[in-house]
Amino acid sequence: MNAKQEFKIVGTRPIRPDGLDKVTGRARYGADLNMQGQIYGHILRSPHAHANIKSIDCSNALAMEGVLAVMTGEDLAEPGNIVLGSGEGAIALKDLIPMVMSQGKVLFHAQAVAAVAATTAALAAEAAAAIEIVYEVLPAVTDMHEALADGAPILHSDRFPDGKPKEPTNLAAEITMQVGEPDAAFERADVIVERTYSVPMCHQGYIEPHACVVRVDAAKRVDLWCCTQGHFTVRQYTAAVTGISLGNIRVTPSEIGGGFGGKTTVYLEPIAVILAQKSGRPVKIVMDRGDVFRTTGPAPGATTRVKLGATKDGRLIAADVECLMDSGAYNGNPAGIPAFMATACYKLTDARSSGRSVYTNKPKIHAYRAPSMPQVTLAFELVINEVAAELKIDPLEFRLNNAVEEGDVNMMGAPYKRIGLRECLEAARSHPHYQSSVADGAGRGIAAGYWINAGMQSSATLNVSPDGSVSLLTGSPDIGGSRASMAIMGAEVLGIPLETIYPQVVATDAVGHCDVTGGSRTTLATGQAVIQAADELVAELCRRVALEWDVPEDEVMWSDGAAHHGEKSLSFKDLASRASAMGGPLTVSSSLNSTSASPGFGVHICDAEVDKETGRTTITRYTVVQDAGKAIHPTYVEGQMQGGAAQGIGWALNEEYVYNDQGVLENAGFLDYRIPVASDLPFIDTVIVEVPNPLHPYGVKGVGEVPIVPPMPAVAQAVFDSGNIRVMDLPLNPAKVAAAIIEAP
Amino acid sequence: MSTPLNKLPIQAVINGEPKMFLAAPGQVLADVLRDELELIGTKIGCNTGDCGACSVLVNDRLVCSCLVLAAEVEGQSVQTIEGIADGAVLHPVQQKLLEHGGLQCGVCTPGVVVAAKALLDSNPNPTEEEARYWLAGNLCRCTGYDKIIHAVLDAAEAIREGAAS
Amino acid sequence: MAVQEFVAPKSLPEAQGIFANDGSASWLAGGTDLLVGMRLGMRDPSRIIDLKQIPELMALEVSDDSILIGAAASAYDILHNSEIGSLCPGLADALDLIGSTQIQGRCSAGGNLCNASPAADSIPALIANGAVCRILGSSGERLLPVEDFLVGPGKNALKADELLVQLVLPKPMLGTSDAYLRLTPRTEMDIAVAGTGVSITLDTAGVCTAARVAIGAVAPTALLVEAAGQALVGSKLEDEAIDSAVTAVRAAASPISDKRGSAQYRTHVVGVLVKRAIQRAQARINAGAKA
Repeated sequence: MNAKQEFKIVGTRPIRPDGLDKVTGRARYGADLNMQGQIYGHILRSPHAHANIKSIDCSNALAMEGVLAVMTGEDLAEPGNIVLGSGEGAIALKDLIPMVMSQGKVLFHAQAVAAVAATTAALAAEAAAAIEIVYEVLPAVTDMHEALADGAPILHSDRFPDGKPKEPTNLAAEITMQVGEPDAAFERADVIVERTYSVPMCHQGYIEPHACVVRVDAAKRVDLWCCTQGHFTVRQYTAAVTGISLGNIRVTPSEIGGGFGGKTTVYLEPIAVILAQKSGRPVKIVMDRGDVFRTTGPAPGATTRVKLGATKDGRLIAADVECLMDSGAYNGNPAGIPAFMATACYKLTDARSSGRSVYTNKPKIHAYRAPSMPQVTLAFELVINEVAAELKIDPLEFRLNNAVEEGDVNMMGAPYKRIGLRECLEAARSHPHYQSSVADGAGRGIAAGYWINAGMQSSATLNVSPDGSVSLLTGSPDIGGSRASMAIMGAEVLGIPLETIYPQVVATDAVGHCDVTGGSRTTLATGQAVIQAADELVAELCRRVALEWDVPEDEVMWSDGAAHHGEKSLSFKDLASRASAMGGPLTVSSSLNSTSASPGFGVHICDAEVDKETGRTTITRYTVVQDAGKAIHPTYVEGQMQGGAAQGIGWALNEEYVYNDQGVLENAGFLDYRIPVASDLPFIDTVIVEVPNPLHPYGVKGVGEVPIVPPMPAVAQAVFDSGNIRVMDLPLNPAKVAAAIIEAP
Repeated sequence: MSTPLNKLPIQAVINGEPKMFLAAPGQVLADVLRDELELIGTKIGCNTGDCGACSVLVNDRLVCSCLVLAAEVEGQSVQTIEGIADGAVLHPVQQKLLEHGGLQCGVCTPGVVVAAKALLDSNPNPTEEEARYWLAGNLCRCTGYDKIIHAVLDAAEAIREGAAS
Repeated sequence: MAVQEFVAPKSLPEAQGIFANDGSASWLAGGTDLLVGMRLGMRDPSRIIDLKQIPELMALEVSDDSILIGAAASAYDILHNSEIGSLCPGLADALDLIGSTQIQGRCSAGGNLCNASPAADSIPALIANGAVCRILGSSGERLLPVEDFLVGPGKNALKADELLVQLVLPKPMLGTSDAYLRLTPRTEMDIAVAGTGVSITLDTAGVCTAARVAIGAVAPTALLVEAAGQALVGSKLEDEAIDSAVTAVRAAASPISDKRGSAQYRTHVVGVLVKRAIQRAQARINAGAKA
């Protein structure tokens, strides 16, 4: 397939269709819907980070006037060995259920242990506090290195990474990939650099806390409304966790106030469903901000050792990567990414990469924008810089020398198709930022980043109204402007005015299945479903016109929103108004499982000033270069690039989970979990590189995740460059940088 | 019993309309706006004054409505996101946020609009730095603030030009 | 429990009457600590007494010899009083660093002081300016220097029947200026890892005739470091004098290590800040002399 090159609407910057409701406060998010007769759920959470639950007595709570239901983990399904989904998206029920509510054992502080529904939120909280639980408190371990040490408390005595029972450890999983003969290749290297860097656990930090409201009808059908990145996944998970059949659950997505991977699972929803079932009343639950930090899935902390070898002529010839990742209390599968993708930016025929993950008494990790990739890229890119420095080659030139291109094979074994890393590096090199000199006392860092990007299942429906307007329905929650890009692609195919297309994200029973908005897949795969549906609609219109005019179907041409044959033409609007006479309602649905995803690459340039007395770092200039394949709506592509960069800068400088020795998160709020504020950042310059994806009709590549991958090494390198300040253990907060200044050569 | 039955009748001018409502003595303004007055445009991101999503103007002063008791606004005027546009005519901050794409998920947007309006009311010609520091209490996790700041500075210019013409 | 009653007395005697009858009541000024504490389950008053209708608590007055700040006046009000801002720019800097624009619309210097956080931004600036607390109790009024008002983390010297009414600062004399600096990881919306308020007076020859140095977030309470001030008096703020002040400050600091910073780092950084704050105050005096 060759991607389309000429566009009328694609690539323009119209105002997004959902924008007006959002700037005027009308848009409805998770906590904004109320149902008649609704009551309120409150979740009781464990005060201990590691404990056996000996008994739970809910009788006091149930006896309170106004308390209509209570539940515990016993009301949820038996996990058995059931695994939901497949591939990277797979999750075992035994890893999912306890993140909703514990069943007998508590493995992290504030884990849900029971819940109450009552007529007011305050009463529900009071009743939850009246539930009596007897715990057998166990020692907790929150540091992954300590968790692997002898004598550490064991979280799961029945889990073994290779499935073979032996003396239990906290090792959750281990995977090693190798190509060629890395040990022999290191022998040939002129320069070898080996370093170990650590990154802390951090949180997606979406501003909207989780929220849902549920009602159960007289026929026991569940109607669930919530903020999520994927309501089909919410339906699947809720069904599995509660034991209710899929067909008896409808999920309608609200507007979503950020997710970044964190809202691709369930926490509150199954609890609200059970409470609604038991009470017979609609139940609303809104998560407290502190509980968002304490109990939802953060991104894993990691320690990564990278050893790279290169020859004097500037060729990277050997790599050895070992990444240890914190899985939290259950298996969040973080180890595969470093094993498969650590080396993905570079031509390396001799390389080994391994990932291991460890259980600790913290919430199970969950997806956060390019999951696991920023952590391993920090170490890899910083070592790349050191190798280049030892070889006295400009770090950008060194990357260009070794950058992967079409035909190269990475650890996953399949050759790259047309990719854009080289083009990004070249665009960075010629950018005024890279061409400028670094200010006195400041430093500059560059880093490249890779993300695999997903395809997966998507569906779209087009319903044409008699006035020529089109309802464009998908099941992909719009987290960053996708309704705009869906409408643009639909309008491009149909040739009708953009404002006559009304894109909506609709419930699980109103459109075909869509996988989560995640994996940078929505514009690519749901967009592909939209294009396919629009193509089918055009084909149907041409069929109808051919019949009417009595001409061969293949002689009817569609352009500029009308069917043409010779001098004759019929507009989309005319065809819509005459639909009933020409064959009935015009409606088309299209579904696919996209295999069109193409990996994304980006290159970031960061300038930073470090206060050499206090260790405080200021980002003074930042540029993001990224291959988008084809930018459907460039404003929102830039928005992804800027937002991802800001998140990566926050992770680099200040964001981290701080646990005390009791396993309690000490900074469970936006005051001490320091995401960047407006005054912390400069304008973030963007360059969209467009190397069309040959597998996609419009050349689209996913863009959402790549931009969080390079910032940590770019910032760390800039700090280093400002005065030989090497911090091996992020974040680069003032105290750590000050300590490194004292140690600097 | 945790729910006091002794609710206070409060009279205040909400978005230009005199309103009377009941509020528990310890109930915060954000909850009353959302739950009693159905003004759900005011968002709650943290409930501790750290995110700014619940920003409103009380007697033209920018505050977090999660840190104001409803009882405190007796006799005062409250402006929420629902009262920023002049009917169907958007405030320039709203219009420029749309044009610049200064929102993604949009949940911080109502707070940003209210805070930026307050900024431009008090400082019609802010520098980039002044805009960034004024808006530091409005957390946005999606945009990196770039397009928000551009939109606010552009709105300031539009207002100045409008005033001059 | 939940709040059972909200009252907004219009006068001091009325407020005292209400408070005297109820030990579980809380005063409400800006509410930026009280309401957060209630939300996080750390405060549970049965009655809230709003102080913002009482004229004395909202007063902002500059007279020939003093500056009077009502304990419930918001940071926003103080910052928009141009006279106070130009007389005590360091105090203004401190108030301007508390929370966000939204928080400043509500938070008060009096509340910041009563909350007695070791890291409170306005307290070192108040101490440096020689601020005194005007306290009203059932047995009458008493005055207490701010540095003596602080008893421990979260603890102040108010007795059960007492209310902080006003802060009284001596009006800075000619050749006097102040500065407040803090270190936070973020530029805004953050809690000081260390902070310092400095007020100095220079004669026309540039010789320091008076100096007060206060530090925050490096001890159980904000501290007045008299030795640091003494190290500056008589000097022209040469490096040696400033170094002595820095040494004195670091000796006086007894910080804890916590999520916001280690003891070692805090001790280091408070010295850096003191040096810079002295230089900033000096620059302000010199700029004023030129103007």
